[in-house]
Amino acid sequence: MEWFPGEWYWIPEYFPKLLDGLWLTIKLLVLSIVIGMSLAIPIGLVQVTGPRPLAWLAKGFCTVIRGTPLLIQLWLIYYGIGSFFPQWGLNETFLWPYLRAGFPYAVFAFSISVAGYVGEVMRGAFRGVPKGELEAARSIGMSPFQILRRVWLPRALQNVFPTLTGEFILTLKATPLASTITVFEVYGIGSQIRQETYLIYEPLLLIALIYLCLAGPLIMMFNYLENKIPKRVS
Amino acid sequence: MEHALEILSYNPPGWGGALLRGLASTLQIALGAYLLGLIIGFAGAFGKIYGGPILRGSLKVYTTIIRAIPELVLILLLFYAGGDLLNYILESMGFARVEINAVAAGIYVIGFVQGAYSIEVLRGAFLAVPAGQIEAAKAIGMSWWKCHTRVVIPAMLPFALPGLANLWLIATKETALLAVIGLSELALVTKQATGTTKSFFTLYMAAGALYLCVTLASNVIFGFIERHYRRGQPVQG
Repeated sequence: MEWFPGEWYWIPEYFPKLLDGLWLTIKLLVLSIVIGMSLAIPIGLVQVTGPRPLAWLAKGFCTVIRGTPLLIQLWLIYYGIGSFFPQWGLNETFLWPYLRAGFPYAVFAFSISVAGYVGEVMRGAFRGVPKGELEAARSIGMSPFQILRRVWLPRALQNVFPTLTGEFILTLKATPLASTITVFEVYGIGSQIRQETYLIYEPLLLIALIYLCLAGPLIMMFNYLENKIPKRVS
Repeated sequence: MEHALEILSYNPPGWGGALLRGLASTLQIALGAYLLGLIIGFAGAFGKIYGGPILRGSLKVYTTIIRAIPELVLILLLFYAGGDLLNYILESMGFARVEINAVAAGIYVIGFVQGAYSIEVLRGAFLAVPAGQIEAAKAIGMSWWKCHTRVVIPAMLPFALPGLANLWLIATKETALLAVIGLSELALVTKQATGTTKSFFTLYMAAGALYLCVTLASNVIFGFIERHYRRGQPVQG
């Protein structure tokens, strides 16, 4: 690497760790998106058709999640909720090593964050599906669940696909926050390298490059999926 | 509950006052960063629309890279790079090194990131102004400057405002990340308070509530501004 400015001797030494971190980042991202999406769909749906109290609850959830920084949510969940467990005497049980690990808290925090942001998107998406299509589905005798599965949800998702791609990229860019609650994903490894090698820029630049390399294929994958959805040309 | 009130009381040993002072510096940084972002945004949007291929290309690199890298990484990079660059320039001009003021550093770091998003929002809004209106302004002999201050900017604001409101909310929440570089704003003050009092839940809830108040108040204010600038526009929906 002599042709490139900067000190890069540490890369081979930390390579396995970086790979572990990368894997953890991907796990965190995929789990958060999957859990978050499966929460976001009902949250969006009840705001459009649900009973009033449920709709208000969902609206309130979205407002609170979108109105507070993710970092505060993460710390509230990890340190705040985590601080109750020793009070209940759980720190002496076999559960403690599991309760102390940061990863589940990070997945939980990112999932509800995705649920809050995407829930708001899905509300608009469900509302945006033309009424006539739902009426047509009902008139040919589909059950409410069938309508949701075959008409309403696919049409809603189709309309907001680019927005969802944006939300998922934002989630990827939020994953470094997990390093503040002892989850050593790729950014956390980068911070560790910075502390051990006393280098300021090189590890950060490598981490930035890794995120660029993650975001690029992710965007391409979603664009590919988007093009897979048949569009009616009018 | 009594315990919680004690911790959140305004005067020490309560942390209420410290949290409010943290909120004040959060708002100060967010406001400064937002304005810096808007300045970069307007300049960049003009550059992207009227500039030559080199200017357009470099602006595209700026907006793409900033929007693809996590804010936390950018904040650290910009924080160190900005300090080093400033001191390098000062030293080469024969001045002594300086320690950058924390608030100024926060404003510069968040503002630089906000700028990339502002450029895209404002560019989209510029392009949404009907060409006929600009041509009409030119036809009655307005200068370039007059045409922009009297026609283009007022006409684009309704398109830009939802995006700009969103950016303001992002700016207020993004300042929390400055806790990582040890900048004393609401998130870091809260963290320090939990270190002393050990009542994590109460304090983080309080901090969350303060951020939420800022968001809700901002929504009301932006609602007014948007209604004001939408006067005379066809009602949608």
